[in-house]
Amino acid sequence: MFPRPIQQASPGLQWMYRAALPIALLVWLFPLLGVAVTSVRPASDLAQGNYFGIPSYLAFENYGDVFRNTPMGRYILNSFVVTIPTVIGAVALSLMTGFALAIYRFRSNLFLFFLFVAGNFVPFQILMVPVRDLTLSFGMYNTYWGLILFHIAFQTGFCTLFMRNFIKALPFELIEAARVEGVSEIRIFWYIVLPLMRPAIAALSVLIFTFIWNDFFWAMVLTTSPETQPITAGLSSLNGQWVAAWHLVSAGSILAALPPVAMFFLMQKHFIAGLTLGAVK
Amino acid sequence: MTSMSRVLNKPVGRALFSLLSIGLLVWIAHWFLGPAVARSVATGGVSVALLVYGLSGLSAAMRRIGNQPGHALYPAVSAINRYWKANQRRLAPWLFLAPGCLMFAVYVIIPIFQSIWISFYDWDGLGEAQWIGTANYAEMASDPNMVTSFRNNILWLVLYMLALPAGLLIAIFLNQTIRGIRLYKSLFFFPFVISQVVVGLIFSWFYAPGFGLLYKVIEGITGQGIAILADPDLVTYGIIAAGLWPQIAYVMILYLTGLNNVAPDQVEAARLDGAKGWRMLWYVILPQLRPATFIAVVVTVIGALRSFDLVSIMTSGGPFGSSRVLSYYMYEQALSEYGYRMGYGAAIAVVLFAIMMVFISGFIWKMWRDETER
Repeated sequence: MFPRPIQQASPGLQWMYRAALPIALLVWLFPLLGVAVTSVRPASDLAQGNYFGIPSYLAFENYGDVFRNTPMGRYILNSFVVTIPTVIGAVALSLMTGFALAIYRFRSNLFLFFLFVAGNFVPFQILMVPVRDLTLSFGMYNTYWGLILFHIAFQTGFCTLFMRNFIKALPFELIEAARVEGVSEIRIFWYIVLPLMRPAIAALSVLIFTFIWNDFFWAMVLTTSPETQPITAGLSSLNGQWVAAWHLVSAGSILAALPPVAMFFLMQKHFIAGLTLGAVK
Repeated sequence: MTSMSRVLNKPVGRALFSLLSIGLLVWIAHWFLGPAVARSVATGGVSVALLVYGLSGLSAAMRRIGNQPGHALYPAVSAINRYWKANQRRLAPWLFLAPGCLMFAVYVIIPIFQSIWISFYDWDGLGEAQWIGTANYAEMASDPNMVTSFRNNILWLVLYMLALPAGLLIAIFLNQTIRGIRLYKSLFFFPFVISQVVVGLIFSWFYAPGFGLLYKVIEGITGQGIAILADPDLVTYGIIAAGLWPQIAYVMILYLTGLNNVAPDQVEAARLDGAKGWRMLWYVILPQLRPATFIAVVVTVIGALRSFDLVSIMTSGGPFGSSRVLSYYMYEQALSEYGYRMGYGAAIAVVLFAIMMVFISGFIWKMWRDETER
């Protein structure tokens, strides 16, 4: 193990390590903590210049204000309505593409695989004008489906990479045995491979959920009004209105951060397994 | 339950059941979430149902006809069946690939070429597009904003690489097994989970002139605060620092996983040979972390070149356009109050794409080699 386990160090050093951990964490998360505290600081404190002291009371009314005076509830709802179908769609499509690319040998296999991988890395800007046009011509500009369909298509690139490598690691003998028994290819996919994919589906779902929830660029390009804007775009436009109302900006930020954070803590193992795919050989 | 399954066993029952459940979902959506969500649910529900019923109906019909030699369609269906039986290993991959490839082609692959095409036009997005050849590219060469954006992009790229050593350092610091270390690791990872919009707002607060924490600290030390986001010389550094925060967290988690899988016997052997500290890290650990380093470089380069969210949230490219990057400048030209210059925007995007392509080709080349070696 590297570095040497701290248990082998002198007691003094061990004690120092244990003390350094929380201090380092505090420094690391300091900006976030500051915003969390500001989100429950009453507006009067800010007006009197009490920016860093203890809030004179815990003003949870800031959150109430955000919901009452802005379409925040609507933004959060929109984010969920866009994110959930995207996760389902991208996972479903990539299960199929990943299966095809992992199991079958055909001439353009690697070419298609790398097309998906490369497409996943391109800058969004090169897609922006045509995708906006396409969405307009489908009549889906400023609707949920406009965003959902694009996200599904784009995320299929990353998901295919993930699924293909996962299926490739499954024992191929399973599939060969089924083929010898005369099981059709579609049944092999449905009854043999799919049940083994549960951990991959879980990992990918949390990952895609976070990616889509946090998407800002496409929310700006494909939606324009509070009826359809997800929370990232909503927060940005509210930020323009709330000049110097930092208690509200902070409350809004914390609200926007909560769902992905909750997702991460609930599904931590899957989340990290998904992100670090390929970091070990 | 048995009556339920009796209903679901008949096709008509199934159809009625799904119609009812879609209706119920739409109704709930309508009442609690409004008509827009309800419409969305209805479209999605009906199209999924049509797809599922269409496919299953088709396969059921084919199976039935395949067992009735007298049926008018029997010869055709049995020919298809035979063809499928004989060729399914060859056909199945394309069947599985079709929906994903179609979506990916329509929304990702084809738009790349369309953008390249549009970059040769003068177009406001609504009226007639006018072919102007390479005039957009010629304009770019003498556009001072382009120079600023380009320089900032290079700055992003170089400074973002700091995420690698910093992430490795934190990973080494946290790679211990004491009580509660798992919680520490996940809390250190926190910034990556949060949206960049929120990260941008957090750092704007951190830098805010007058009361921002960093401003106060600098004021305390030098007697004069610095408004980083309002200073044309410092603003890009300020935004990059904000971007590094989540990026370091990401690199850290990659290295933590890598460190977890370092071969313990090699480390022990090196220790017996007297290797420690830097030499151990350089000659024994880092070579084993190469897969993690590769992924970290990939995501960091892509992250640096994609930097749009933070610039947009923290400064909107200002002050005086000094914090623009290519991705933001493109958006500004093509789709903001500054005008709808789709052609010029597309040309900027093509330049960004070309820069990205250099890196993407490198990554793909390495992955291709690994893949064909196996």
